Amino acid sequence: MATTLAEPEVTTSNHPEAVVVRFAGDSGDGMQLTGGQFTLSSALAGNDFATFPDFPAEIRAPQGTLFGVSAFQINFGSTDIETAGDAPDVLVAMNPAALKTNVDALKPGGLIIADTGEFTKRNLEKAKYEVSPIDDGSLAKWQVLAFDISALTMESVKPYGLGNKEALRCKNMWTLGLALWMFDREREPLIDWLKAKFVKLPVLADANIAALNAGHAYGETAELGGQLHKVHVDPAAAKAGLYRTITGAESVALGLVAGAQLAGLEMFFGGYPITPASSILHSLVRLKEFGVTTFQAEDEIAAIGAAIGASYAGKLGVTSSSGPGIALKTEAMGLAVMTELPLVIVNSQRGGPSTGHPTKTEQSDLYQAIYGRNGDTPIPVVAACSPSDAFDCAIEACRIATQYMTPVILLTDGYIANAAEPWLVPDPASYAPFPVTFLTERNGPDGTLLPYARDEKGARPWIKPGTPGLTHRIGGIEKNPGTGNLDYSPAAHQTMTDARKAKVDGIANSIPAQTVALGETSGKLAVVGWGSSFGPIHQAVRRARAKGMDVSHIHVRHVWPLPANLGDLLRGYERILVPEMNTGQFKTVLRDQFLVDAQPLNKTSGQPFAIAEIEAAIASYFDGAPGNAGGDEVPPNAKQLPSIKAANP
Amino acid sequence: MNEMTTIPVPTTLKDWESDQEVRWCPGCGDYAILKAVQRTLPELGADPAKTVFVSGIGCSSRFPYYIESYGFHTIHGRAPAFATGIKLANPELDVWIVTGDGDGLSIGGNHTMHLLRRNLNCQVLLFNNEIYGLTKGQYSPTSRVGTTSPTTPLGSVDRPASPAAFALGAGGRFIARGFDVSKNLPEVLKAAHAHKGAAFVEIFQNCIVYNKDVFEEFAAPKGAEDRQLWLKNGEPMLFGNAKTGDTKGIALDVEKLTLTVVDVVDGDWQAAGVIVHDVTNRSIAHMLVEMPFGPFPMALGVLYDDPRPTYDEAVLAQDETARAGKSTDLAKLLAKGQTWTVDAADQGPLSNV
Repeated sequence: MATTLAEPEVTTSNHPEAVVVRFAGDSGDGMQLTGGQFTLSSALAGNDFATFPDFPAEIRAPQGTLFGVSAFQINFGSTDIETAGDAPDVLVAMNPAALKTNVDALKPGGLIIADTGEFTKRNLEKAKYEVSPIDDGSLAKWQVLAFDISALTMESVKPYGLGNKEALRCKNMWTLGLALWMFDREREPLIDWLKAKFVKLPVLADANIAALNAGHAYGETAELGGQLHKVHVDPAAAKAGLYRTITGAESVALGLVAGAQLAGLEMFFGGYPITPASSILHSLVRLKEFGVTTFQAEDEIAAIGAAIGASYAGKLGVTSSSGPGIALKTEAMGLAVMTELPLVIVNSQRGGPSTGHPTKTEQSDLYQAIYGRNGDTPIPVVAACSPSDAFDCAIEACRIATQYMTPVILLTDGYIANAAEPWLVPDPASYAPFPVTFLTERNGPDGTLLPYARDEKGARPWIKPGTPGLTHRIGGIEKNPGTGNLDYSPAAHQTMTDARKAKVDGIANSIPAQTVALGETSGKLAVVGWGSSFGPIHQAVRRARAKGMDVSHIHVRHVWPLPANLGDLLRGYERILVPEMNTGQFKTVLRDQFLVDAQPLNKTSGQPFAIAEIEAAIASYFDGAPGNAGGDEVPPNAKQLPSIKAANP
Repeated sequence: MNEMTTIPVPTTLKDWESDQEVRWCPGCGDYAILKAVQRTLPELGADPAKTVFVSGIGCSSRFPYYIESYGFHTIHGRAPAFATGIKLANPELDVWIVTGDGDGLSIGGNHTMHLLRRNLNCQVLLFNNEIYGLTKGQYSPTSRVGTTSPTTPLGSVDRPASPAAFALGAGGRFIARGFDVSKNLPEVLKAAHAHKGAAFVEIFQNCIVYNKDVFEEFAAPKGAEDRQLWLKNGEPMLFGNAKTGDTKGIALDVEKLTLTVVDVVDGDWQAAGVIVHDVTNRSIAHMLVEMPFGPFPMALGVLYDDPRPTYDEAVLAQDETARAGKSTDLAKLLAKGQTWTVDAADQGPLSNV
């Protein structure tokens, strides 16, 4: 996000650093497609960007309804963009319902582009408008550019003889054409893309191209009363190299493939369809040539069971799901801990308990990841902070799983899975390989086999069935510390529980020391985050620092075990603020692990944090800062535990 | 079983005994099944290093600990899922699933169904003792109506599932039956192993503590010839005592489209209309798995055997086709799709889409 001012800034200049545009329409209007293609054009224009697709849980909600609105927001600019933007500068509303559900997010003075062709009596009723908001003055604080996009589209595609319905489907391309004109973008890549997409139906390609061109021409020639003007956003300064756009789901899939290669293993992926995790399976089924075997199982339990079976047989077992599915996999995760087999479990978190908020984002499965199993069942947890970071995190998960013979949980979320960002394509050779070895000879004294002997890291040997002379049995029952044979003795359970815990705790020795993402290693306030809230936290801290506040940003990737130096680092700050899209889970982990007075900042609306929300929370710690003008100490939140100082006078 | 296991490995029964102390109740039918399996494996020329026994939870599921091969004792009801991963990861392994009526038909019924319909190349041994043994005697999904147990003190009221009928209905291509102390059990196991695909074997097993002698009516040696119909491919479905001339057979009642018991006079089974067992006849198989014991003898042996392409072969063949001629260069993969280059000098975009 480019704006360095705390107050929302309206883009009135025609040369801004960053612009936020939201396309909103009916689920059938092709808004995700429009957004995706606009994103590509932003990439080609050299802008940095971040996107936020926001769509309903229903596949085809009834047309024109409030709950059927699908939106796509993009923030693009000439400086570092780390969030999809707080408030849009421009809202494209394809119908009354899209206007109603999105207009409140628009910056004061922002621009609304509305298709009056859809503002019919019936559609207004469906959107619960008594009178058209375009006529009743209720949109006065914004600029409104309302015209009949539907009719203009129909007109532009007339020569192609399409039916009414098909002709109207070209509306999104007309709108995209207008947006391309508005932001000074090339049409050629889009035209090429349309030609490729409709290679078998050239008439549709021609009609869509005609609509795109017509929208563009409309911006060029129409008398729009100065409301609409051409805006040019400069390319962002970026590290030199080859870039591509990537979503979190693609990035996880590629990272897993890379991780398996670095381990020298083939991968077996067991999955069961669930939003928003299915796209990882969709990506991996197309990568079979990289030694990937995929299995769509009958349920979540079978998916992880098959993955563990494959790991037992010597492949890298991977499974992926979202919270409810992870809950079903829990018993099998315990077996993977007990049998000490490598396994990567990806959780693309979504909102709420039960079915909850399936297409929205949240970070509320942290407790589930760290603690959510029966027995003492430690599992390391790595959390990605962005679509591109998910690549490295997936590799890290593969490394830990294979080097420590343990299941590993990789946390992403619905926002990371669906959002796209530019990715500086890495060179695979720049990652250090971590080849695995399988036991081929008996490893105990006097020619005995000890499947549960441990190396210096506490990891047991990996023994592939099929290896002559090494037949042995493993299972979920407590076992003898060396032979792995059934052993219910008190000493065996104590020893094995301790060994499993020590092994996972020891992973802290193989991960990088915690660093400060922005700011100093001590000071007045540390804002500590994990996962996809990285972007808004980082920008909020940057803005606060620009205003002179002594605040630093700490981003934790290894949420279990925590980096060895994290406790000491946190104790160097007077106050600790932990913004999370949950009710305070990481805050509790930090308090528990380090006895520090971490304070929560929570949001569970299914939407990512706005930068301004975190900025306001930061400001409240600083006398005289906007948001804390009174200069008083922040009153403790009654719902939270008292501070350490207050509790220990 | 497995086509790749072509070179028989010479072993003896002793080679298949692990060093673990067997912990079933004294007199449990599981001992006899364990011995039958350990006796069968050398006859198959099986290689202990390439053999994997996979189980869920329950008395039967302790089985892998006692076999000197690779073994995986997993979680309740899920053995088919683990076995699927094992087989897809290494199709050269000979996979045996050991389960029970609770494990395979109650908590794990879903996985049993999908394993059979997919036709994973493996053997499924379902020990049916019509009771939950390890949890101390609750009634199971195969318990007969009226079974009294700690959870059904007044007798169970729900109708039992028939494992063989379930397996056939799920799409199983090999369905067989045996019982723990039967001398024919190794032959049934061999037939299961010879079948390429998911081979389902229901083994009636006597739980001497919680459901003692529940199969005695047909399993008892005395009068067994009248109560057991051992099916053999290509042979007429005869039972009863040939010596006393009291031979009976199974015929088809064409009017009612049901099976019926007929008397065979002077050994002329053709005249009596006795059916010749054709293991590939799915219609007759449906009748055999549903044939009620009492009015009919218990159908044992190989009820149905008609192989189809296996899931593991299909997956691996598709993988191979998909991989053929494709680059495995990870750097190229990462740089795929719509890319652009940022130049170090001007920091401007140079599209190369």
